[in-house]
Amino acid sequence: MNFQDFIFYFFSTVLIASALGVITVRNPVYSALLLVLAFVTCAGIWLLLEAEFLAITLVLVYVGAVMVLFLFVVMMLDINLEKLKEGFWKWFPLGGLVALVMVVEIAMIMFGQHFSLEEMPAPEPKTADYSNTKELGRLLYTEYVYAFELAAVLLLVAMIAAIALTLRHREDKKTLDIAKQVNVKKAERLRIVSMQAERKK
Amino acid sequence: MVSLSHYLVLGAILFSIGIVGIFLNRKNVIIILMSIELMLLAVNMNFVAFSHYLQDISGQVFVFFILTVAAAEAAIGLAILVVLFRNLKTINVDDLDRLKG
Repeated sequence: MNFQDFIFYFFSTVLIASALGVITVRNPVYSALLLVLAFVTCAGIWLLLEAEFLAITLVLVYVGAVMVLFLFVVMMLDINLEKLKEGFWKWFPLGGLVALVMVVEIAMIMFGQHFSLEEMPAPEPKTADYSNTKELGRLLYTEYVYAFELAAVLLLVAMIAAIALTLRHREDKKTLDIAKQVNVKKAERLRIVSMQAERKK
Repeated sequence: MVSLSHYLVLGAILFSIGIVGIFLNRKNVIIILMSIELMLLAVNMNFVAFSHYLQDISGQVFVFFILTVAAAEAAIGLAILVVLFRNLKTINVDDLDRLKG
Protein backbone atom coordinates (compact mmCIF):
# COMPACT_ATOMS: atom_id res chain seq x y z
CA MET A 1 0.00 0.00 0.00
CA ASN A 2 1.67 3.17 -1.17
CA PHE A 3 1.04 6.72 -0.01
CA GLN A 4 -1.61 7.51 -2.63
CA ASP A 5 -3.67 4.50 -1.58
CA PHE A 6 -3.42 5.56 2.03
CA ILE A 7 -4.61 9.08 1.09
CA PHE A 8 -7.51 7.64 -0.90
CA TYR A 9 -8.72 5.34 1.87
CA PHE A 10 -8.28 7.99 4.56
CA PHE A 11 -10.17 10.64 2.59
CA SER A 12 -12.90 8.15 1.63
CA THR A 13 -13.42 7.22 5.27
CA VAL A 14 -13.67 10.87 6.31
CA LEU A 15 -16.00 11.58 3.37
CA ILE A 16 -18.40 8.73 4.15
CA ALA A 17 -18.36 9.45 7.89
CA SER A 18 -19.14 13.14 7.36
CA ALA A 19 -21.85 12.31 4.81
CA LEU A 20 -23.47 9.96 7.34
CA GLY A 21 -23.21 12.76 9.88
CA VAL A 22 -24.96 15.20 7.54
CA ILE A 23 -28.10 13.07 7.40
CA THR A 24 -28.22 11.94 11.04
CA VAL A 25 -27.19 14.80 13.35
CA ARG A 26 -29.94 16.63 15.18
CA ASN A 27 -29.00 20.24 14.52
CA PRO A 28 -29.10 21.53 10.89
CA VAL A 29 -26.14 23.85 11.64
CA TYR A 30 -23.97 20.83 12.43
CA SER A 31 -25.11 19.04 9.29
CA ALA A 32 -24.22 22.11 7.21
CA LEU A 33 -20.75 22.17 8.80
CA LEU A 34 -20.33 18.43 8.21
CA LEU A 35 -21.33 18.97 4.58
CA VAL A 36 -18.51 21.54 4.37
CA LEU A 37 -16.12 18.85 5.63
CA ALA A 38 -17.47 16.42 3.03
CA PHE A 39 -16.91 18.93 0.22
CA VAL A 40 -13.36 19.74 1.31
CA THR A 41 -12.52 16.03 1.58
CA CYS A 42 -14.01 15.42 -1.84
CA ALA A 43 -11.82 18.22 -3.22
CA GLY A 44 -8.85 16.31 -1.82
CA ILE A 45 -9.90 13.16 -3.65
CA TRP A 46 -10.30 15.14 -6.88
CA LEU A 47 -6.74 16.39 -6.45
CA LEU A 48 -5.67 12.73 -6.44
CA LEU A 49 -7.49 12.40 -9.77
CA GLU A 50 -5.53 15.37 -11.20
CA ALA A 51 -8.59 17.60 -11.50
CA GLU A 52 -6.93 20.54 -9.80
CA PHE A 53 -9.14 23.30 -11.17
CA LEU A 54 -12.36 21.55 -10.17
CA ALA A 55 -11.01 20.79 -6.70
CA ILE A 56 -10.29 24.47 -6.12
CA THR A 57 -13.65 25.42 -7.65
CA LEU A 58 -15.43 23.01 -5.32
CA VAL A 59 -13.84 24.63 -2.28
CA LEU A 60 -14.35 28.20 -3.53
CA VAL A 61 -17.85 27.90 -4.95
CA TYR A 62 -19.37 25.28 -2.69
CA VAL A 63 -17.72 25.89 0.64
CA GLY A 64 -17.28 29.60 0.05
CA ALA A 65 -20.67 30.46 -1.42
CA VAL A 66 -23.32 27.74 -1.37
CA MET A 67 -22.63 26.39 2.11
CA VAL A 68 -22.36 29.89 3.57
CA LEU A 69 -25.78 30.56 2.03
CA PHE A 70 -27.06 27.36 3.65
CA LEU A 71 -25.66 28.40 7.02
CA PHE A 72 -27.22 31.86 6.68
CA VAL A 73 -30.64 30.40 5.98
CA VAL A 74 -30.38 27.74 8.69
CA MET A 75 -29.45 30.32 11.30
CA MET A 76 -32.05 32.82 10.09
CA LEU A 77 -34.97 30.41 10.41
CA ASP A 78 -36.30 29.64 13.85
CA ILE A 79 -37.08 25.94 13.53
CA ASN A 80 -38.81 23.67 15.98
CA LEU A 81 -36.35 20.77 15.91
CA GLU A 82 -38.34 18.33 18.06
CA LYS A 83 -41.28 18.39 15.67
CA LEU A 84 -39.07 17.89 12.63
CA LYS A 85 -37.38 14.87 14.18
CA GLU A 86 -40.62 13.00 14.91
CA GLY A 87 -40.63 9.53 13.37
CA PHE A 88 -37.01 9.95 12.29
CA TRP A 89 -36.19 6.23 12.10
CA LYS A 90 -39.62 5.18 10.85
CA TRP A 91 -38.63 4.78 7.22
CA PHE A 92 -35.01 3.82 7.87
CA PRO A 93 -35.48 0.07 7.19
CA LEU A 94 -36.94 0.75 3.74
CA GLY A 95 -34.43 3.49 2.89
CA GLY A 96 -31.52 1.45 4.19
CA LEU A 97 -32.65 -1.54 2.15
CA VAL A 98 -32.90 0.54 -1.04
CA ALA A 99 -29.45 2.04 -0.43
CA LEU A 100 -27.88 -1.33 0.42
CA VAL A 101 -29.30 -2.99 -2.69
CA MET A 102 -28.04 -0.09 -4.83
CA VAL A 103 -24.52 -0.22 -3.41
CA VAL A 104 -24.30 -4.02 -3.68
CA GLU A 105 -25.58 -3.98 -7.25
CA ILE A 106 -23.19 -1.26 -8.35
CA ALA A 107 -20.28 -2.93 -6.52
CA MET A 108 -21.05 -6.24 -8.25
CA ILE A 109 -20.70 -4.54 -11.63
CA MET A 110 -17.81 -2.23 -10.77
CA PHE A 111 -15.61 -4.84 -9.10
CA GLY A 112 -16.13 -7.15 -12.06
CA GLN A 113 -13.65 -7.29 -14.89
CA HIS A 114 -14.59 -4.14 -16.82
CA PHE A 115 -13.22 -1.41 -14.57
CA SER A 116 -10.26 -3.18 -12.99
CA LEU A 117 -6.68 -2.02 -13.32
CA GLU A 118 -6.06 -4.57 -16.10
CA GLU A 119 -8.90 -3.21 -18.23
CA MET A 120 -8.36 0.45 -17.37
CA PRO A 121 -4.82 1.01 -16.14
CA ALA A 122 -4.10 4.16 -14.21
CA PRO A 123 -2.72 6.79 -16.60
CA GLU A 124 0.81 8.08 -16.33
CA PRO A 125 1.13 11.03 -13.94
CA LYS A 126 1.19 14.37 -15.73
CA THR A 127 4.45 16.31 -15.95
CA ALA A 128 4.97 19.47 -13.95
CA ASP A 129 4.43 21.81 -16.92
CA TYR A 130 0.96 20.40 -17.65
CA SER A 131 -1.79 22.80 -16.66
CA ASN A 132 -5.21 21.34 -15.96
CA THR A 133 -6.77 24.83 -15.89
CA LYS A 134 -5.34 25.70 -19.29
CA GLU A 135 -6.64 22.52 -20.90
CA LEU A 136 -10.06 22.93 -19.32
CA GLY A 137 -10.23 26.56 -20.41
CA ARG A 138 -9.19 25.69 -23.95
CA LEU A 139 -11.97 23.11 -24.23
CA LEU A 140 -14.51 25.33 -22.50
CA TYR A 141 -13.94 28.32 -24.76
CA THR A 142 -13.84 26.38 -28.04
CA GLU A 143 -15.95 23.24 -28.14
CA TYR A 144 -18.31 24.03 -25.27
CA VAL A 145 -18.57 27.80 -25.66
CA TYR A 146 -22.30 27.68 -26.44
CA ALA A 147 -23.05 25.59 -23.35
CA PHE A 148 -20.78 27.88 -21.34
CA GLU A 149 -22.78 30.97 -22.31
CA LEU A 150 -26.03 29.13 -21.57
CA ALA A 151 -24.65 28.37 -18.10
CA ALA A 152 -23.92 32.07 -17.62
CA VAL A 153 -27.49 32.96 -18.60
CA LEU A 154 -28.77 30.26 -16.24
CA LEU A 155 -26.86 31.82 -13.36
CA LEU A 156 -28.28 35.25 -14.22
CA VAL A 157 -31.82 33.85 -14.29
CA ALA A 158 -31.27 32.08 -10.98
CA MET A 159 -29.93 35.28 -9.41
CA ILE A 160 -32.88 37.37 -10.58
CA ALA A 161 -35.33 34.65 -9.50
CA ALA A 162 -33.82 34.40 -6.03
CA ILE A 163 -33.92 38.18 -5.58
CA ALA A 164 -37.47 38.43 -6.92
CA LEU A 165 -38.68 35.63 -4.66
CA THR A 166 -37.31 37.11 -1.47
CA LEU A 167 -38.09 40.75 -2.29
CA ARG A 168 -40.61 42.18 0.13
CA HIS A 169 -42.72 45.32 -0.16
CA ARG A 170 -43.32 46.94 3.19
CA GLU A 171 -46.22 49.34 3.51
CA ASP A 172 -44.63 51.67 6.05
CA LYS A 173 -41.51 52.23 4.01
CA LYS A 174 -41.00 55.78 2.66
CA THR A 175 -39.51 55.64 -0.82
CA LEU A 176 -39.62 57.73 -3.98
CA ASP A 177 -41.36 56.29 -7.02
CA ILE A 178 -39.67 58.01 -9.95
CA ALA A 179 -42.19 56.76 -12.51
CA LYS A 180 -45.08 58.24 -10.58
CA GLN A 181 -43.23 61.55 -10.17
CA VAL A 182 -42.55 61.79 -13.89
CA ASN A 183 -46.06 60.78 -14.91
CA VAL A 184 -47.83 63.35 -12.77
CA LYS A 185 -50.37 65.56 -14.62
CA LYS A 186 -50.89 69.26 -14.14
CA ALA A 187 -54.54 68.72 -13.20
CA GLU A 188 -53.55 66.47 -10.29
CA ARG A 189 -51.30 69.05 -8.65
CA LEU A 190 -52.72 72.47 -9.54
CA ARG A 191 -56.19 73.70 -8.57
CA ILE A 192 -57.38 77.13 -9.74
CA VAL A 193 -59.91 78.65 -7.42
CA SER A 194 -62.08 81.51 -8.53
CA MET A 195 -62.63 84.06 -5.76
CA GLN A 196 -63.48 87.71 -5.27
CA ALA A 197 -60.72 90.25 -5.51
CA GLU A 198 -59.98 91.89 -2.17
CA ARG A 199 -58.79 95.37 -1.51
CA LYS A 200 -56.39 96.30 1.23
CA LYS A 201 -58.00 98.57 3.79
CA MET B 1 -3.25 0.51 -6.44
CA VAL B 2 -6.57 2.33 -6.49
CA SER B 3 -8.54 1.44 -9.60
CA LEU B 4 -11.46 3.14 -11.29
CA SER B 5 -13.90 0.80 -9.56
CA HIS B 6 -12.85 2.11 -6.14
CA TYR B 7 -13.86 5.63 -7.13
CA LEU B 8 -17.11 4.44 -8.70
CA VAL B 9 -18.10 2.48 -5.59
CA LEU B 10 -17.25 5.49 -3.43
CA GLY B 11 -19.59 7.54 -5.63
CA ALA B 12 -22.30 4.88 -5.28
CA ILE B 13 -21.96 4.88 -1.47
CA LEU B 14 -22.23 8.69 -1.38
CA PHE B 15 -25.30 8.58 -3.63
CA SER B 16 -26.96 5.98 -1.38
CA ILE B 17 -26.25 8.08 1.70
CA GLY B 18 -28.03 10.94 -0.06
CA ILE B 19 -31.05 8.71 -0.71
CA VAL B 20 -31.17 7.47 2.89
CA GLY B 21 -30.94 11.12 3.96
CA ILE B 22 -34.11 11.91 2.04
CA PHE B 23 -35.84 8.88 3.59
CA LEU B 24 -34.80 9.84 7.14
CA ASN B 25 -35.41 13.59 7.02
CA ARG B 26 -38.76 13.64 5.28
CA LYS B 27 -39.94 16.62 7.30
CA ASN B 28 -36.91 18.91 7.13
CA VAL B 29 -36.55 20.68 3.78
CA ILE B 30 -33.03 21.95 4.59
CA ILE B 31 -31.60 18.46 5.11
CA ILE B 32 -33.38 17.25 1.97
CA LEU B 33 -31.61 20.01 0.01
CA MET B 34 -28.30 18.95 1.58
CA SER B 35 -28.96 15.32 0.60
CA ILE B 36 -29.50 16.44 -2.98
CA GLU B 37 -26.13 18.23 -2.82
CA LEU B 38 -24.55 14.97 -1.62
CA MET B 39 -26.07 13.05 -4.54
CA LEU B 40 -24.81 15.66 -7.03
CA LEU B 41 -21.36 15.36 -5.45
CA ALA B 42 -21.45 11.58 -6.00
CA VAL B 43 -22.29 12.08 -9.68
CA ASN B 44 -19.47 14.60 -10.03
CA MET B 45 -17.08 12.11 -8.43
CA ASN B 46 -17.95 9.54 -11.11
CA PHE B 47 -17.43 12.12 -13.86
CA VAL B 48 -14.02 13.14 -12.56
CA ALA B 49 -12.92 9.52 -12.08
CA PHE B 50 -13.92 8.54 -15.63
CA SER B 51 -12.29 11.70 -16.99
CA HIS B 52 -9.02 10.74 -15.28
CA TYR B 53 -8.94 7.08 -16.27
CA LEU B 54 -10.10 7.63 -19.86
CA GLN B 55 -7.72 10.61 -20.27
CA ASP B 56 -10.55 12.74 -21.66
CA ILE B 57 -10.94 16.17 -20.08
CA SER B 58 -14.52 16.61 -21.39
CA GLY B 59 -15.78 14.88 -18.25
CA GLN B 60 -14.42 17.74 -16.17
CA VAL B 61 -16.28 20.25 -18.35
CA PHE B 62 -19.50 18.41 -17.50
CA VAL B 63 -18.67 18.62 -13.79
CA PHE B 64 -18.23 22.36 -14.30
CA PHE B 65 -21.75 22.64 -15.70
CA ILE B 66 -23.22 20.43 -12.97
CA LEU B 67 -21.64 22.70 -10.35
CA THR B 68 -23.24 25.71 -12.07
CA VAL B 69 -26.69 24.15 -12.14
CA ALA B 70 -26.35 22.92 -8.55
CA ALA B 71 -25.42 26.39 -7.33
CA ALA B 72 -28.43 27.88 -9.12
CA GLU B 73 -30.67 25.17 -7.71
CA ALA B 74 -29.44 25.73 -4.16
CA ALA B 75 -29.92 29.50 -4.44
CA ILE B 76 -33.51 29.23 -5.70
CA GLY B 77 -34.35 26.41 -3.28
CA LEU B 78 -33.18 28.43 -0.31
CA ALA B 79 -35.03 31.51 -1.58
CA ILE B 80 -38.24 29.47 -1.78
CA LEU B 81 -37.51 28.15 1.71
CA VAL B 82 -37.16 31.67 3.11
CA VAL B 83 -40.44 32.80 1.49
CA LEU B 84 -42.13 29.65 2.78
CA PHE B 85 -40.95 30.25 6.31
CA ARG B 86 -41.97 33.91 6.14
CA ASN B 87 -45.53 32.97 5.13
CA LEU B 88 -46.19 29.77 7.08
CA LYS B 89 -43.70 29.99 9.99
CA THR B 90 -42.72 26.36 9.41
CA ILE B 91 -40.55 24.28 7.11
CA ASN B 92 -42.20 20.99 7.96
CA VAL B 93 -43.00 19.17 4.74
CA ASP B 94 -46.14 17.69 6.31
CA ASP B 95 -47.62 21.17 6.75
CA LEU B 96 -47.26 22.02 3.07
CA ASP B 97 -50.56 20.57 1.88
CA ARG B 98 -52.20 23.65 0.36
CA LEU B 99 -52.33 22.02 -3.06
CA LYS B 100 -54.02 18.91 -1.63
CA GLY B 101 -51.52 16.67 -3.40
